[in-house]
Amino acid sequence: MSLLDQEPADSGDEKVVPPLDPARTLPASLDVSAEKLEAVWAEKPGLFGWLSVVNHRDIGRRYIVTAFVFFFMAGLLALVMRIQLARPDNHFLGPDAYNQIFTMHGTVMMFLFAVPVMEAFGVYVVPLMVGARNIAFPRLNAFSYWMFLFGGIFVFVMFALNSGPDVGWFAYPPLSGPAYTPGKRADVWAQLITFTELAGLAVSVEIIVTVFKLRAPGMSLNRIPLFVWAQTITAFMVLLAMPAVMLASTALILDRLVGTHFFNPAEGGDPLLWQHLFWFFGHPEVYIIFIPATGIVSTIVSTFSRRPAFGYLALVLALVSTAFIGFGLWVHHMFATGLPQMGESFFTAASIMIAIPSGLQFFCWIATMWGGRVVLKLPMLWVLGFFIVFLVGGLTGVMLAAVPLDLQVHDTFFVVAHFHYVLIGGALFPLFGAVYYWFPKITGRMLGERLGQWNFWLFTLGFNLTFFPMHILGLEGMPRRVYTYQAETGWGDLNYLSTIGAGVLGVSVLVFLVNVIVSLRAGVLAGDNPWGAGTLEWATTSPPPNCNFVYPPTVAGVNPLWENPPDQPVVVGLRDDVRDVLVTYVLDAEPDHRTEFPEPTIWPFCTALATSALFIGSIFTPWAVVIGAVPLFVGLTGWFWPKEAGETGTQAWPIQHRTLPKPGEAPAGGPV
Amino acid sequence: MNVPARTLDVSGLAPGAFGHRTLLWWGTLGLMVIEGMAFALAIAAYFYIRLRNTTWPPNLPPPLLLWGTVNTLVLLVSVVPNELTKRAAERIDLRAVRLWLLVCLAFGVVFNVVRVFEFMSLNCAWNTNAYGSIVWMLLGLHTVHIVTDLVDTAVLTVLMFTGPIEEKRFVDVAENAMYWYFVVLTWLPIYGVIYWAPRLT
Amino acid sequence: MHAASVLQSVLAPAGPQAAHIARLWWLMFWVATAVFVIVSAFVVGAIVWKRTEPRRDDVLRVAVTLGVAATVVTLFVLLVASVWTGRAVASLGASSTVTIELTGHQWWWEAVYDDGTPSQRFRTANELHIPVGRPVVLKVTSHDVIHSFWVPNLHGKRDLIPGYTTAIWLQADTPGIYRGQCAEFCGLQHARMALYVTAESNDAFERWRMNQRREAVQPTTDNARLGRDVFLRSTCTQCHTIRGTIAGGAMGPDLTHLATRGTIAAGTLPNTRGHLAGWILDSQSAKPGNQMPPNSLPAGDLQLLLTYLETLK
Ligand code: HEA
Ligand code: HEA
Ligand code: HEC
Ligand code: CUA
Ligand SMILES: [Cu+2]
Repeated sequence: MSLLDQEPADSGDEKVVPPLDPARTLPASLDVSAEKLEAVWAEKPGLFGWLSVVNHRDIGRRYIVTAFVFFFMAGLLALVMRIQLARPDNHFLGPDAYNQIFTMHGTVMMFLFAVPVMEAFGVYVVPLMVGARNIAFPRLNAFSYWMFLFGGIFVFVMFALNSGPDVGWFAYPPLSGPAYTPGKRADVWAQLITFTELAGLAVSVEIIVTVFKLRAPGMSLNRIPLFVWAQTITAFMVLLAMPAVMLASTALILDRLVGTHFFNPAEGGDPLLWQHLFWFFGHPEVYIIFIPATGIVSTIVSTFSRRPAFGYLALVLALVSTAFIGFGLWVHHMFATGLPQMGESFFTAASIMIAIPSGLQFFCWIATMWGGRVVLKLPMLWVLGFFIVFLVGGLTGVMLAAVPLDLQVHDTFFVVAHFHYVLIGGALFPLFGAVYYWFPKITGRMLGERLGQWNFWLFTLGFNLTFFPMHILGLEGMPRRVYTYQAETGWGDLNYLSTIGAGVLGVSVLVFLVNVIVSLRAGVLAGDNPWGAGTLEWATTSPPPNCNFVYPPTVAGVNPLWENPPDQPVVVGLRDDVRDVLVTYVLDAEPDHRTEFPEPTIWPFCTALATSALFIGSIFTPWAVVIGAVPLFVGLTGWFWPKEAGETGTQAWPIQHRTLPKPGEAPAGGPV
Repeated sequence: MNVPARTLDVSGLAPGAFGHRTLLWWGTLGLMVIEGMAFALAIAAYFYIRLRNTTWPPNLPPPLLLWGTVNTLVLLVSVVPNELTKRAAERIDLRAVRLWLLVCLAFGVVFNVVRVFEFMSLNCAWNTNAYGSIVWMLLGLHTVHIVTDLVDTAVLTVLMFTGPIEEKRFVDVAENAMYWYFVVLTWLPIYGVIYWAPRLT
Repeated sequence: MHAASVLQSVLAPAGPQAAHIARLWWLMFWVATAVFVIVSAFVVGAIVWKRTEPRRDDVLRVAVTLGVAATVVTLFVLLVASVWTGRAVASLGASSTVTIELTGHQWWWEAVYDDGTPSQRFRTANELHIPVGRPVVLKVTSHDVIHSFWVPNLHGKRDLIPGYTTAIWLQADTPGIYRGQCAEFCGLQHARMALYVTAESNDAFERWRMNQRREAVQPTTDNARLGRDVFLRSTCTQCHTIRGTIAGGAMGPDLTHLATRGTIAAGTLPNTRGHLAGWILDSQSAKPGNQMPPNSLPAGDLQLLLTYLETLK
């Protein structure tokens, strides 16, 4: 129980907790000037300023927009693919183009859209939800964005130069190895992974530290909003999963560039080593996409059912166990390699088991709706779509977990159907919900209702038209990743239907785009809290000011705006002449110390440029690593080199740390 | 400004802290988790590849023990100046920090040099066979870390001599020391795998 | 010919293994349908059923607990069904008399019918014959990249991985011609790497096998003889084998009994004179990227060559 719940007893320490008097005004020294704060937290003007941005809102917004641009491009590639598959023996695309296109589609969707866009919402929303003024390590955050952007530009430029990757989004060697994919295509793929993983890892560390150390006072572990929990758990999964694919892609590049033999069976290597490493990452990856989406669902369901989510603890534990079990399933992507039967049964059992936490979440959400009164606004509509569509995908997932059945439908369009149902149902539907939900916060304007309805219904229709027939195609024996098929296979009609559906999807996405553009200029003004939601991002203006909160809030519940007493205290005493931030304790979020956050700086951008040059160069010559290290070193040193001494000498430092007194306790001060 | 009714005044809190109370400590811990995972997976890959080979190392003598063992000892001893640097930093004792940073730097140079001999005593190149690839990978991964830490320490040392110095920088020194511990600690299993695993077959 | 009898479906099992799996599928399908209907009903109900009093949390708690319990039970049943099916599928004896070594190539299949007596072994390509009612063991591996053997009407798939040789059993109970297709992405022509399995009576199978063991028939007509000479003169011999001649290449499919096959180039084209001619002149237009180069043969030579190839029964 936090002190903040009660009237604090007179602690005798004026500085820590001043006596509270509803009528009193702040002493001059504690009052903050909103204008001054705005100026202190402002970014620099001009292009240079644009490249120097370090606040999480601007970066988060850029991240979201960029990820959506990648989604549009990968979606257009999907349309091209669908045109080719519409008729048997079609000559619209040749095999070479098709292979590049499906690889680009899958790779971009996974690595440049689905994972980053979820993180992007984390970057934007998490600091606001925990009541912080910025994300932890703002410059790293900027660096992460630039790496993500440069990685994306790199792969699309290579694709335009006809050097796009063409070995599938999991790039199995030996096909992706030096002997069977000469040229640079597989290197481009492997290096794109390095770019995006670096960006993803950076964001994960930021999110974890933000959630651990920058929460509003009073936000103990059991009051962390579910979306923040989801983001945190995802961040941990990223830390544990992504090293596997970085190791694998590094080994692949080494095999290709300097002649190592990790995956070469002739020299004692093993192609299956790749599959183990890749899927040790790849399976958690799908939950890295899905878990943040469940955070979105929990948030929206709670807001639009007008009550706190039912089963808070159960929902958190479900996420934790999903993350945990998620690391034990990777072999279910490799059943067809012919594993020993014991192992197979284990992975079947684990894969089936993961449906239990998913089911638990489902039931809690449904219970929330039954326990409240559902208001069917657009964000909620998308969440309803999620329920129905993801359910189908989850159920086919359970089917795939059964080894004998998987041996039949593995690598067929049945699997393609499964993963679009879970990816689009489980991530894209909630994501659209998130856009409709947070757009007012981000821009200050609502997204249009009419176009929104069109967007939703066209999408739902188009989606099922596109992907439902794929289940049947898979059962009828159509393998995935085929650039064409013969007429006598009889797959033509369903494919045609699927292509029509993809067209409908395209129209729907176009409607969405129009809606966003129109609403940006002429949307209804939103106000601070248009949905009457309960979490802290709605406690500030829309869009939020530079410092997020003029007075950082404190909280007394999971949904502070619903549960805080009217006289809930706010934080004062942070300096308004530097970027002063309150750091709190990990478990109970009691105030710990203050710290100064960095100013805008160009160095992350420069460092990202240097890193990109090194990465890209290294696929042509290993010497690029050596030569590229020099500018990288310069960039990093410039980044870390202090401009001038900051707040120093004002106190005897390290000062004794002040623990906030428990109610009725004298303030305790212990040594560091 | 709309003045709130109740306030929580934090102006008396220290403008910084050391250890697990800081953001940097947690950030560094995150980095260590990532890299620890990479090391663990590389070791797993080593044993996986070993399963796929009938002889191990495949038709090669195991790596020479000498230089690896020397380096292990050097790394272990380097823990002492490292700890002293950390303590000096936490006392905000600039002179002591400068001194011990220099000592650490010397250690860093030594084990990077010895590392060259280690590579030469592996008895194979990275492209000899998969065994060669994975031992080079393991040793290479660790080398990246000791080189990075060396550069890191060098930059900090220069900073500590030239300034601008503020208390915050001492936190950086302390975190650098923590990272050094990590680099030493991860070496031990890698040392075991590279030098002893082939001998225990 | 082939087209009419082609089947490639998980749901039309022609052997015990595919039948077990199809049964598992239908079980899964109905369970999933039931779960879908029930869960969707609750979702929709939560929205359309306007209540004056929101439900109390303790009622909800009971409901959620029941839901989870039902999930656990259902999943357990599915797990048992899956493991049971797995056992049943694997239980087909190793007491097989037909052993086929199947090797994947970019983008065709090489098959060696094994035999205790080395002289009775023979090699063929892109088309398997198996006896109905007898278990057949396939020992699969790959020459280059990973491929996957998959004939849905008979059994699930098995990857062909370079450096590994694994065994998979199958059995056909219904005679017929079943189409299979490479199911692991293997590069440019992954789409055109099909395979036909002819399941026939034991007698027919043994006849086929006897014939395949033989060397190629000696040409009996002049044109055929001349055609053979064209073949032996050309680059064909570097890549193809015709047993009984000096042609011993191993880069491409064995052509000894080419004329017995229904299709050429791994199911890409029907094995007719016209398609064969087109293939030989320019295999790249039918199957872009495949490993066989175009050949510019004078028209006369080509006709002779075709005549010869058509005799390779
Ligand atoms: C967001 C992404 C996402 C999610 C959430 C999932 C969720 C699941 N997936 Fe999926 N999967 C992918 C993305 C995802 N998957 C991708 C991208 C691939 C292919 C990669 C490639 O090859 O390119 C793949 C492939 C894949 C395979 C390999 C197929 C193959 O290649 O042969 C398997 C096999 O076990 C599998 C299983 C599952 C299971 C059991 C779940 C479970 O988590 C689902 C659990 C959820 C439910 C079951 C619904 C809710 C539950 C209830 C309402 C309770 C009641 C339910 C019952 C009683 C059953 N998936
Ligand atoms: C989150 C992930 C994600 C998403 C959202 C999608 C979305 C879609 N996918 Fe994707 N898909 C994958 C992930 C995803 N896919 C993966 C991982 C693979 C496996 C790849 C592999 O095998 O390696 C795959 C494979 C895959 C295949 C199989 C290819 C094959 O095996 O041969 C097909 C085939 O139809 C397909 C279709 C589609 C379609 C029609 C959409 C649609 O939903 C797309 C809808 C979007 C649009 C239609 C965009 C339209 C945009 C506009 C109109 C905007 C205009 C633009 C500007 C002004 C700039 N996908
Ligand atoms: C450089 C090697 C090479 C040469 C030379 C070559 N072929 Fe081929 N041939 C192949 C390969 C490889 C295939 C399999 C292609 C595929 O299906 O992807 C093939 C397939 C065939 C097939 C189809 C076999 C089947 O069972 O599907 C025929 C017939 C054939 N070649 C005839 C010829 C003739 C006749 C010549 C000479 C004029 C010739 N080839 C020259 C490599 C070669
Ligand atoms: Cu062979 Cu796909
Ligand atoms: Cu998986």
